[in-house]
Amino acid sequence: MLDTRQIGAVLPAFDARVDAGRLRFFAKATGQDDPSYIDAEAALAAGHRALPVPPTFFFCLEMDSPRPAAMRELLGIDIGRVLHGEQSFVYHAMAYAGDVLRFEPRITDIYAKKGGALEFVVRETRVTDAAGKLVAELRATTVVRNG
Amino acid sequence: MNPGITRDIQAGQALPAFTAGPISRHTLALYCGASGDHNPIHVDLDFARSAGMDDVFAHGMLSAAYLARLLTNWAPQASLREFAVRFVAITHVGDEVRCTGQVVERFEVEGESRLRVELNARSQTGELRLSGVAVVAAI
Repeated sequence: MLDTRQIGAVLPAFDARVDAGRLRFFAKATGQDDPSYIDAEAALAAGHRALPVPPTFFFCLEMDSPRPAAMRELLGIDIGRVLHGEQSFVYHAMAYAGDVLRFEPRITDIYAKKGGALEFVVRETRVTDAAGKLVAELRATTVVRNG
Repeated sequence: MNPGITRDIQAGQALPAFTAGPISRHTLALYCGASGDHNPIHVDLDFARSAGMDDVFAHGMLSAAYLARLLTNWAPQASLREFAVRFVAITHVGDEVRCTGQVVERFEVEGESRLRVELNARSQTGELRLSGVAVVAAI
């Protein structure tokens, strides 16, 4: 069983720089054909100041943590046993290529279902820009399959 | 991008649907690199089998990205206030992900008119893979 005393645990904060090439790669991987997500000039023409960070890419930036396994290590979770249960985003501002975003994740809940066959870990992450302004809030629910 | 489309929209309106895929192993390799989600269960058959799965399977966040495309095809991203998905079932290699959405409510928050949109991603056989909800500001 996961240690519920870790509810409230703060995970390592980190900064992630949004790379334009990575955004183009993400557009290719997700079949995005809207030029404003691929071409900087098209993005400017659409009223953006650079290539925009698409809605789910904040989660990708969160994976760029220098210690992406920090939560699993803290809780002793085998990566082969995890599923992604839920993911949500609250958006406060657009973010763009070239921005440096600060990610501050913490564990906000741990609970079990089906007599412990499934365990759930909820992680919430604040994302702020270089000026400290709130850009997005992420909430990820990880499911651990036991047995 | 489709600016200002939310102005006159009311509950009941459907978003323009689209189908992505079929998801190939190559798609998963690309998404692995582009997303930074390097969990081998999505790209390494040997690892997936050792973890008790029959095959590799798609990242849930790939289908979530398809649902996000459904939203940004329809409304400017700057008007997106919230986006949440629940991963209902595993999406398999070869699946075609059909993304649909429907406006279910118009409401107001601090003087801003907002639309609540329900989202679904289904397989080619109609099985639900992801359900989601988004809140979009009506500019």
